[in-house]
Amino acid sequence: MPSTDTTAPRRVNPRVLREGLGVMAVAVRAEPRVFALAVGASALYAATTVGTAQVLGRVTGRVVLPAFAEGRATAGALTAAALAIVAVAFFKAIGVAGRRFYAGLMQYRMQAAYRRAVTRRYLELPAAWHQRHPAGQLLSNANADVEAAWAPLAPLPMAVGVLVMLVIAAVAIVLVDPVVAIVAFCVFPAVALLNLLYQRRLAPAATRAQRLRGEVSEVAHESFEGGLVVKTLGREAAETERFARSARELRDANIAVGRVRGLLDPMLEALPNLGVLAVLLVGSARLESHAMSAGDLVSVAYLFTLLSWPIRALGWVLADVPRSVVGWRRVRAVLDERAAMPHGAAGLPGDGPLALEVRDVRFGYGDGEVLRGVSFDAAPGRTVAVVGTTGSGKSTLTSLVVRLVDPEAGTVLLDGADVRQLGADAVPAAAALVPQQAFLFDDTVRGNVTLGLDVPDERVWEALRLAQADGFTAGLPDGLDTRVGERGATLSGGQRQRLALARALVRRPRLLVLDDATSSVDPQVEARILAGLRGLAEDGAGATVLVVAYRKATIALADEVVFLERGRVGARGTHADLLERSPGYRDLVTAYERAEAERAAERGASGEEAVR
Amino acid sequence: MTTAVEKAAPATGLDDTAETEGALRTLRRGMALSPEFRAGLAVTVLLALLATAGRVVVPVAVQQTIDRGLSGGEPDLGFVRLMVLVCAVAVLLTAACAYAMNVRLYRTSESGLTSLRVRAFRHVHDLSMLTQSGERRGALVSRVTGDVDQISNFMQYGGLMMIMSAGQLVIATILMAVYSWPLALLVWAAFVPLAFALRRFQRLISAAYTRVRERMGDLLAAVSESVVGAAVIRAYGAQERTSRRVDAAVDGHRAAQTRAQAMVALTFPTSELVAAAATAGVVVAGTLLGVGGHLSAGKLVAFLFLVTLFVSPMQTATEVLNDAQNAIAGWRRVLGVLDTAPDVADPGEAGTSLARGPIEVRFEGVSFAYPGGPTVLHDVDAVIAPRSRIAVVGETGSGKTTFAKLLTRLMDPASGRVLVDGVPLDRVRFSSLRERIVMVPQDGFLFDAPLADNIRFGRPGASDEDVRRALTDLGLADWLDGLPRGLDTPVGQRGESLSAGERQLVALARAYLADPDLLVLDEATSAVDPATETRIQRALDNLTRGRTAISIAHRLSTAESADEVIVFDAGRIVQRGPHTALAGTPGAYADLYASWSR
Repeated sequence: MPSTDTTAPRRVNPRVLREGLGVMAVAVRAEPRVFALAVGASALYAATTVGTAQVLGRVTGRVVLPAFAEGRATAGALTAAALAIVAVAFFKAIGVAGRRFYAGLMQYRMQAAYRRAVTRRYLELPAAWHQRHPAGQLLSNANADVEAAWAPLAPLPMAVGVLVMLVIAAVAIVLVDPVVAIVAFCVFPAVALLNLLYQRRLAPAATRAQRLRGEVSEVAHESFEGGLVVKTLGREAAETERFARSARELRDANIAVGRVRGLLDPMLEALPNLGVLAVLLVGSARLESHAMSAGDLVSVAYLFTLLSWPIRALGWVLADVPRSVVGWRRVRAVLDERAAMPHGAAGLPGDGPLALEVRDVRFGYGDGEVLRGVSFDAAPGRTVAVVGTTGSGKSTLTSLVVRLVDPEAGTVLLDGADVRQLGADAVPAAAALVPQQAFLFDDTVRGNVTLGLDVPDERVWEALRLAQADGFTAGLPDGLDTRVGERGATLSGGQRQRLALARALVRRPRLLVLDDATSSVDPQVEARILAGLRGLAEDGAGATVLVVAYRKATIALADEVVFLERGRVGARGTHADLLERSPGYRDLVTAYERAEAERAAERGASGEEAVR
Repeated sequence: MTTAVEKAAPATGLDDTAETEGALRTLRRGMALSPEFRAGLAVTVLLALLATAGRVVVPVAVQQTIDRGLSGGEPDLGFVRLMVLVCAVAVLLTAACAYAMNVRLYRTSESGLTSLRVRAFRHVHDLSMLTQSGERRGALVSRVTGDVDQISNFMQYGGLMMIMSAGQLVIATILMAVYSWPLALLVWAAFVPLAFALRRFQRLISAAYTRVRERMGDLLAAVSESVVGAAVIRAYGAQERTSRRVDAAVDGHRAAQTRAQAMVALTFPTSELVAAAATAGVVVAGTLLGVGGHLSAGKLVAFLFLVTLFVSPMQTATEVLNDAQNAIAGWRRVLGVLDTAPDVADPGEAGTSLARGPIEVRFEGVSFAYPGGPTVLHDVDAVIAPRSRIAVVGETGSGKTTFAKLLTRLMDPASGRVLVDGVPLDRVRFSSLRERIVMVPQDGFLFDAPLADNIRFGRPGASDEDVRRALTDLGLADWLDGLPRGLDTPVGQRGESLSAGERQLVALARAYLADPDLLVLDEATSAVDPATETRIQRALDNLTRGRTAISIAHRLSTAESADEVIVFDAGRIVQRGPHTALAGTPGAYADLYASWSR
């Protein structure tokens, strides 16, 4: 996310490198066996790469050149040469395959482990924490950041192998001829330095491009999501310009990356080639003084050719380190998050309706206080309506009651027990909240209703019937087994709300909290739902119900009304009682009638005027 | 309805346009669409080939050193010096070519792809609402991000590699043939079967990576559920179920990755072994040829270096082919979007502009059916007089929202026509239409920007003062004053920092500030409390006096205040008249009203 990127390391400096090595050490400790196999295979590959050059040097010096000089070759020598070449290649092949496979295995295992851990943490962290963190950021923590954190694991074994290879090669060359070795000791460090320079220049450009790629995607996502608004207000051209601005920035960043690559890639390729030419020059002079043989010369030159590619693996690791460090910090931040919601161990014995008590509860978002000391109670089996203006804190109150969030001050009690003293599963098992905006999972109708609860289909149908959702469910192509699509996209708003209601009812909750949960349902259908709930209560199978509502029909269902006014309880009592006592309440619930009356009066007045 | 809409019905609508189109045809069409790619392409390819030629400098130098510098007892150091100098210059020159080629390639490919991205983005917005909503949002975003990135990957890596590998093979082969054609044949005999085998491998690997991508999709969906559905998961204690799903998705993805990696891990050693066999063959056959006087020692040694030039093209071949496949598929999908004709098309310059002033609306025999669905509007006739305030009511599915969408030309009727001020709606320029007629949908989407910017979305020139006045006009000044940071209040992603009712207030203010002549409200105040709603209603009544206003509502309070009510039932207008008249007459409206006012 952009805000964290500004503090992110953008280049390879010793501190970041140390931190990066620390991240790799975590992986090595977690998967020591796989890492050992990968590095072992890589070392085998390294040794056989140097070995290949040695073998070819010897074959040239002892078989090929003598045969050419003498004008004859022995079958035995040729066979031995061929076998040696193939044998070395065989071990090299094992090394390559093993290195690649185990390096991948390690990377994927670490990715999987941390994706699981991060998501598990998401499921443990309280809803209040989720409210503070945008979904897009959390998704990228579990996906892109985990991937970035472990990205250097892929080239790491190869890089370790290359270090081994360089040591073996250096020894081999020194053994051949110390003077030629000087060339190697110039070229190898130069390649390493060039790699470092490459990554130092590439990393900031690549980080910027990566950030802009995210930005382009965010703009597109938001713009398409708001497509209807863009269309109805005719803002397509302005939105395209907004997108084009980001896209052009991304283009320039990508071209900047291209410039760095374009300059340094050819240099990295040219340097070992110049090294071979230097070996030929120096080697010929040493040959003249008989300090080395032609076979040795071929061997060293060939070694340079073989090394020019693997040596880049050092650069690959360096390139991934800054991203890895950033990814790791973000992943750790989630894993180390302490914003847990402490639970007690108490349970809620019995199975009848619960008594609810809210005692002097306060809550605020950022600078604004939403609830400023709210107190009320609901006796078991009673229905209490919460009424208040838009933005008066009703939804906040519902999430406090089922303990999605804790109040800043005050207490919520269920059957006399502070919800903070209850066990982790006690509240969800006893209370069900149906939120204003129904959230459905990309699952079947059954899966969405049960959410993993083990209940027979009859219970599911019964809940659907109560929520007036049985009719359309029966009409779906696969009935209960119909998938509802991403966020329930295949259903209408009212249908989604009714499934969300069924999800609560199937649990036979002891406390049912409805947050304007039928706002998209037709009044007739809503009336049938309310009648069903009423019937349930009369049969003694009911729950204590807390319902946020505006409609008089819904409020009429309540035994008592709590009127919220500017974050406080403005009045409590029956509907009829409050109509009389509370002017604010009266204004709110009779708004329609008053408007109608005023219009009638106007009509009457203008009618009289017309008559006069 | 054009075929585009029918195609939009399935979730993958925009993908299948060109699924069977050949790769070459896609390439040709793609290149034709982005002329930037072709400009100077020949020079770039030439530079790439020159850069590739640098790779045979070393084998040539080795051959020359051995055959001419070291032959005849004492080394000819003068010759070696000169030859090394010439070769060093050649290496540096080819490196310079590589630099020039890279810079050109990045510049042209990025420029071309950026305009392709922007064009596709605009086209998505131009597609009809139906086509848009038939697609997964993520899929549409991919068309302008991931799919284009795949083309760019190929152009800057895979495609370049392909050209350079081909060049490398050709130049190495020519040099081999010049040195010794029998040995060249031998090397080819070793590598040609490998090339065929790799092609097979590549198909398997490609299928394996397709599975990896699918599993990645499952993984993202599972993680996303646990994040977006956080509140529901907690409220229902569904953590166990969700974490089982996540675990299954994570493991599925890991297993698919490991499988694909195992296949890739097998292709690499194969080329090593083939190269070793070729090298061994060259040594044996070359020595025999040399003994016979047909080959020099230097040329034989040069062959050992030349064989290594065959290895890297083979090792990268599967990766390059995968890149190519992905790029073609990505390109095809982007072209697929651009090929989808917007079925609700802007007549543009050829269209008519509406003059300012109250709007009259006329429906003439209008019918509509969603693609593949039953008819939802049957032969609707209606005239809505200028300056009238109309309420449209009816049960869910009665056709009232469809009526609004046809009226605002979010969709076109299947038969019949809609006229505004006597002009058929499909003859009105979008620039004029969207300025004169504005609809406020139920879920008023807000952008992640300050409150003021959201309200002036439809009229970006409006000042803070204008925005404040609009809110005051609507009776929302108190609400604004209650916000911690007033007009600068950030509304969060999708406006989620505000409550559902508050979002509707913002959407309403946004439409009001846009100052249309016909305002269409589709359940625009469904989450607002009655007192605020009636206050807004009164404000709108005064403000829209002299304009035409149409409200769709299931709260009948709106109907009570309207000049006239239109009642929909099962896709037909069944009643029409003022509220007081309809409420007193037995019929659909009286039934609705009874259940509403109970």
